[in-house]
Amino acid sequence: MKKLNLAKNWLYIPLVGLAIFYLLPMYVLLVTGFKSFAEVDLQTMWSLPQSISFDNYIEAFNQLSPFLLNSFKMVIPATIISAFLGSINGFILAKWKFRGADIIFPLILFGMFIPYQSIIIPLVQFMNAIGIQGLSGLAMAHIIYGIPITTLTFRNYYASLPQELLEAAKMDGADMLGVYWHILLPISIPSFVVVLIWQFTSAWNDFLFAVILTGNTDWPITVALNNMAGSQIIAWNVQMAGSLLAALPTLLVYIFLGRYFVRGLLAGSLKG
Amino acid sequence: MLKNKDRYLSILLISPSILAILIFVYGFITWSVRVSLSNWKGFTPDYSWAGFKNYIALFSDPRFHVDIRNTLIFTGVFVIGSIILGFLMAVILDQSLKGEGFFRSLFLFPMAISYIVTGVVWRWLMNPAEGSRMSGLNLLFSTFNLDFLINKWYTTPVWGMAAIALAAIWQMSGFTMALYLAGLRAVPLELREAAQIDGANEFQTYRHIILPLITPVTLSALIILGHTSLKVFDLIIAIAGKQLPLDVPAIYMWQTTFDGLFYGRGAAISILLLISVAVLIIPYIRYTLKTDTEQ
Repeated sequence: MKKLNLAKNWLYIPLVGLAIFYLLPMYVLLVTGFKSFAEVDLQTMWSLPQSISFDNYIEAFNQLSPFLLNSFKMVIPATIISAFLGSINGFILAKWKFRGADIIFPLILFGMFIPYQSIIIPLVQFMNAIGIQGLSGLAMAHIIYGIPITTLTFRNYYASLPQELLEAAKMDGADMLGVYWHILLPISIPSFVVVLIWQFTSAWNDFLFAVILTGNTDWPITVALNNMAGSQIIAWNVQMAGSLLAALPTLLVYIFLGRYFVRGLLAGSLKG
Repeated sequence: MLKNKDRYLSILLISPSILAILIFVYGFITWSVRVSLSNWKGFTPDYSWAGFKNYIALFSDPRFHVDIRNTLIFTGVFVIGSIILGFLMAVILDQSLKGEGFFRSLFLFPMAISYIVTGVVWRWLMNPAEGSRMSGLNLLFSTFNLDFLINKWYTTPVWGMAAIALAAIWQMSGFTMALYLAGLRAVPLELREAAQIDGANEFQTYRHIILPLITPVTLSALIILGHTSLKVFDLIIAIAGKQLPLDVPAIYMWQTTFDGLFYGRGAAISILLLISVAVLIIPYIRYTLKTDTEQ
């Protein structure tokens, strides 16, 4: 229903006002990044750069690149493994229910909402006891605490599929794994995209697990950036450039796959 | 019905995940409860029984009182701000305006960014320096002759938390908008048209027809935002570091446990945090799953 309504044009006034509110921080982030060291001054923070310079980005990248790499090393396995676990769990909980499945599901879901402070002391003790530390420990934490959201997303998707789809395959003699592999997996690609994006974003952006489970050689980017911002030695312009570098991977995912990102968001509030 | 082989296989395939959740969520919570009832202080674990000593100490601990006050201020400003802003944005974007998709993406992009990045940027925007060293938003206000808006942001006594909440609203209001927009889109068009045929104007239609219909959305938004604000942690750390005036339970827990080595006290704070989240979330999960099966 598209209707042209001139009386509604005044609505652009609040819209543009809001757009400015959302873009202000990005504006400062960008203009500061492109100024030369000589030009950077807190008192001229809002003015446009005189000429384009990459000093800040180069400096920030030099300082942050090992930590960006750490983040990738940890996020990629964490994302892929928890997505597959979620897909299997979702399939079983939606289409291959065993007795007790309806009690298990909400118990899994609760794990998504807990404040992680309430498990962090045992987590550290446990990781030390089994000798998994640093980035592997962090990846493992993201895999396990990612299970609830990935299971939820796949379970809701598989539950929406008609049972006949499975029955037909079973008539043809397919067993459970056959149904999963040949029927469900090929049509689950959109759900995989949703889950992969969600897990990538939350693991990339996490700070609490990272700051407690890693030390200064294997910090991911969030911890490194926070320490950079807390230090008195590193200029604020470099911090701004570093912030943009830290945000870039998830921002790019959002720009190119935003639709799936929003579906993940809604699923995470149980409204997907 | 499930054949036996398939039943065993399905249980076998899901059991690693169930086992992981049982240990890492429920086992660890139990373990934390046990730590909270112990005298553990220092590097070596000490599980000697302390009863509720750690909890009782918290209730007369001035720092914990500050934490509760700060959490209340943050929650109030953040939840109300995000709901009002998110609802307004959703209503405007629901009017089939040109460029709707662009604005929707714009309002949502902060959700893709970490609290740490948001915090680092807002810390410079909300720079409280005065006079010739003025910068950030204060400088912008002064340039546009809006001097009455100039303030000390997160360094304001007592209400500093409201400035932190402003950055959180910037980050999360798009999410509230997405929730409301999904809710508004689900309201059948016939209902709106019927109201308008009956002579209701746009405002009355929203007030009497649409708002009551999307009450469940408001409820979800309240619970999701409310439980998020109980857990707020990274954003404060990135804006202000660990400062007592901006302390919250999550930061107190982290500091007292891992810097101060007061494990018993830290665990007690974390369990109180868990209880306050559970009070919101458990009814929510039950309600959502129930309406789910009814549909």
